[in-house]
Amino acid sequence: MTVSHKLPPNPDPVLNVEITPALVEKHGILPEEYEKIVAGLGREPTLTELGIFSVMWSEHCSYKNSRPLLKGFPTEKARDDQPYGKVLVKAGEENAGVIDIGEGWGICFKIESHNHPSAVEPFEGAATGVGGIIRDIFTMGARPVLLTNSLRFGDLRSATVRRLFRGVVGGIAHYGNCMGIPTVGGDVYFDPCYEGNPLVNALCLGVLRHDQIKRGAASGVGNPVFYVGASTGRDGLGGASFASRELTEESQADRPAVQKGDPFMEKLLMEACLEMMDVPGLVVGIQDMGAAGLTCSSCETAARGNAGIEIELDRVPQRETGMNSYEIMLSESQERMLVIVQKGREREIEAIFEKWDLHAEQVGEVTEGDRMVVKQHGVTVADIPAKLLTDEGPVYERESREPGYLSETRNWDPEHLGQPGEAALREALPRLLAVPSVASKRWIYQQYDHMVMANTVVEPGSDAAVVRLPLGRSEKYVAIANDCNGRYCYLNPYRGGLIAMVECLRNLACSGAVPLAMTDNLNFGNPYKPEVFYTMKESVRGLAEACRAFDVPVVGGNVSLYNENQKGAVDPTPVVSVAGLIEDPNHITRGFCRAAGERLILLGGLPDELGGSTYLELCHGLKTGDAPRVDLEAEKRLHEFVRGRIRDGRVAAAHDLAEGGLLVALAEMLFGEVTLGAEITLREVPDGARLDALLYGESQGRVILAVDADVEREVVDAAHAAGVPAATVGTVRDKPELSVTCAGRAGPWTWSVVELRSAWERAIPEAMRLPGLPE
Amino acid sequence: MKAAVIQFPGSNCDRDAVHAFDDVLGHPARLVWHKETSLGDAELVVLPGGFSFGDYLRCGAIARFSPIMAAVSEFARRGGVVIGICNGFQILCEAGLLPGALIRNECLEFRCRTVVLRVEDAGPCFNRGDLGDTLRIPVAHGEGNYRIDGDGLAALRRNGQILFRYASGGSAGDPARENPNGSIDDIAGIRNEQGNIFGMMPHPERAVESFHPSRDGIPVLKAVLRTAQDAARVKV
Amino acid sequence: MKVTVFVTPKKNVLDPQGAAVAHAMTSLGFKNLKSARMGKVIELEIDGVPGDEFNAAVDRICEDLLSNPVIEDYRWTLDEAGR
Repeated sequence: MTVSHKLPPNPDPVLNVEITPALVEKHGILPEEYEKIVAGLGREPTLTELGIFSVMWSEHCSYKNSRPLLKGFPTEKARDDQPYGKVLVKAGEENAGVIDIGEGWGICFKIESHNHPSAVEPFEGAATGVGGIIRDIFTMGARPVLLTNSLRFGDLRSATVRRLFRGVVGGIAHYGNCMGIPTVGGDVYFDPCYEGNPLVNALCLGVLRHDQIKRGAASGVGNPVFYVGASTGRDGLGGASFASRELTEESQADRPAVQKGDPFMEKLLMEACLEMMDVPGLVVGIQDMGAAGLTCSSCETAARGNAGIEIELDRVPQRETGMNSYEIMLSESQERMLVIVQKGREREIEAIFEKWDLHAEQVGEVTEGDRMVVKQHGVTVADIPAKLLTDEGPVYERESREPGYLSETRNWDPEHLGQPGEAALREALPRLLAVPSVASKRWIYQQYDHMVMANTVVEPGSDAAVVRLPLGRSEKYVAIANDCNGRYCYLNPYRGGLIAMVECLRNLACSGAVPLAMTDNLNFGNPYKPEVFYTMKESVRGLAEACRAFDVPVVGGNVSLYNENQKGAVDPTPVVSVAGLIEDPNHITRGFCRAAGERLILLGGLPDELGGSTYLELCHGLKTGDAPRVDLEAEKRLHEFVRGRIRDGRVAAAHDLAEGGLLVALAEMLFGEVTLGAEITLREVPDGARLDALLYGESQGRVILAVDADVEREVVDAAHAAGVPAATVGTVRDKPELSVTCAGRAGPWTWSVVELRSAWERAIPEAMRLPGLPE
Repeated sequence: MKAAVIQFPGSNCDRDAVHAFDDVLGHPARLVWHKETSLGDAELVVLPGGFSFGDYLRCGAIARFSPIMAAVSEFARRGGVVIGICNGFQILCEAGLLPGALIRNECLEFRCRTVVLRVEDAGPCFNRGDLGDTLRIPVAHGEGNYRIDGDGLAALRRNGQILFRYASGGSAGDPARENPNGSIDDIAGIRNEQGNIFGMMPHPERAVESFHPSRDGIPVLKAVLRTAQDAARVKV
Repeated sequence: MKVTVFVTPKKNVLDPQGAAVAHAMTSLGFKNLKSARMGKVIELEIDGVPGDEFNAAVDRICEDLLSNPVIEDYRWTLDEAGR
């Protein structure tokens, strides 16, 4: 135990108060955690120090309730079977992970949540979420090349939900568009469980050469510490601890805890930082000031660098007058970075920031020892061992208990429903296509500049987005998909985790990409509730198992807990995003049929499960049953097969079965640049098989290929040889009519594809035109 | 032709423009920082898209006061060819180098999509004979709603200054054939009366490669280059 | 001195934001609305003495930068007490 002398009084008398248990509790610190602080410091903390601990030991910064679970994730590739894919910077080491993509290049990507700020102020909350994740990427030395996002909202019939949805999309668009980074994709689901607590997870991906990788470490005693970017104001005080509390009625009054973003400032900051990092040997370490701002960046760089750091607050650029040490250290003003520069080269960094009209102030230096020392007006206001804040924070293995509802939903039997009539089955398709989670997301992505940088190859709306990487002479493409069906995770958190991952990988396979690595955003409720913790534990187990099965390492991510509203926790939502690589542009594949005459081949067998389906919820008002089964080995064979045929040039289009099932997937394939039709015959439907499960069930491991007629036989034979069930189910037609027959059982049903498409395209815009809000 | 692409703080299509001119069309292009006061040996000036100065106050309102803009005005006054794309178009209008103004999209939202443009007969290089009847080129903007008073509009029409119109009123429900911003008379791009300053909201630099939504940006950029070549010849 | 500049869209120029506000007010049951126009307010603190020269300087910056005469009108008020 370190014995330290008492600190002198703070220059601001307001801060010289006795640290009472009530004050400790107000900072979200448990009594036993407080004892740990006192033991670590060898004395009582000052109020400034208490504030520093409250943010650093919050879930947002410390992962104290999730860290033991995250250890289950593979962080490196197990096999060295490709000329690329090695993890260069692992999860947790830095702001974001880096993966080798060959020829000396790497990609760096990560997803992060801004759920609670978006619930309180959707536009600014979402905008600053995008700003934060972009900083995480360029901090690593990478130039950001794309953004995606995963969003979850309540039912669009609620005016409040529409306000949040409009605000979040507007905020993401505002920030990303102004930065000039294309927002190329993502996923969106609407479910009443997210009412009042939307999920806003933003992802950024950048490219860099291996020799451009920067570390967030303070090293070299005497090296100056620079503060660059925007001035500090009283923004978002305590945002990190704010993100780690349940939203209550009172947090509506927490408005000041939401920061306002300035994408213009960030654009300048990004260009200046990239220019600075390109100067050999100038930058020793760099870290952005996100949650917990100056506090987090200074203690984390010191801890990583095994050094001490000393900061003088008088030198911090301030937007407001009279800010005290507590306010400055906890401010969450956006668009700021901490940079450790090689001593003697201060003038070089100053010149670069002058060019961009930005602040670059030396606020301190790297010191001997292990302490983070903060001074103001010459008085030491905080003096804490840096690692006590970072590595030595509390870690909990929370209690876990299976939620009671699971035994009921798991044993649900579809026979309760009776067999659906043919008319009901026919009516279900246009209605399913108009379910906002299934419907066209154009209303969203037409607000995002998804083409800036002129490298977007596959625009939003296909299985995965594909972007050409700007690598000078080498030519490579990155594919990216986001996924997670919270309903599956609610019904079976383990399988839900597996499905989130395999569906994402399937999307990449359909796009022709080889998966590189995964980033995840674990969105759950209050971890102190054993039932919530159980869903988190099981979901993570599913994700990790799928990662190991496919040898796809996890390179970073984010945990967002306390996602609850008055009715309880949101559905467990472990959002997954996988980036994949495509080396030959001829292998880039979309999900839309191209011409009449193409044959449609269903891979993976006929769907036969109803549990957790959109159909069940829409047509029967039921959120029940078990989540669909997952066979990891069959999935692997399927993905390899699809990628192989794409490489052979045999595939015109590939699309996976997801929400809405077989007919929704088939219909979506006809919604390309030209609206096409198809004639479908499903053969060998077993007697007694439920037609609703066949047509609308969401069985996993299914892909539909569109291939030219002359290779149909070959592709089907090759599938059988590869152990992948395959059957030709129909032919693409010019006439925009979809007809479906279940041979010997039912049909034909016919639909106008123009009408189906219209239902699919108009669902969200029409929902957003409902009265009560201006258009 | 040597092109100077002006880089304002907040420009974000600057590199795309350089790439299109330099790598795709083979005409050397370089970035010129807005604090410069000279265009050097440039034979063509491009004001690229983006959010110069964050689009604060009004789009393009602050950029027009950048030091380089004096050189751009002088270059144009002497007959040099200047093209403003998206934010560049907004800057040219704010600077008074092109008539009219661009305001918030009628839908109040940003719009990013590929649109069909109707080519108008706007003089040498920019006409249906050279460019074809229609072009498919992406737009991406929040303030592309072109406004001009009645007399001004009449003058644009009379002088053949309208380069492109959004092809509206096509098959119902096709978003590519809708005016994306409410622009008066469906105007998507114009030129000045002399025919050496061009402004357009659509992004031709996003339609130059095989994987882009089309390669219709190439003839547009070539028309600009040909106009610049002609202007250079006249000067000599 | 405190100068408050009001910039508004010209009468005959389309004002999409004003139209949206009007639409929202009407749909919220505000029946007597005739029109809504939306502009911006810019607050300036300027050293100087009131007079023709001062007025001309403020007008100039309003015309050159703060408003776009093609689409916007401006007016401003002087609040000497705010000194």
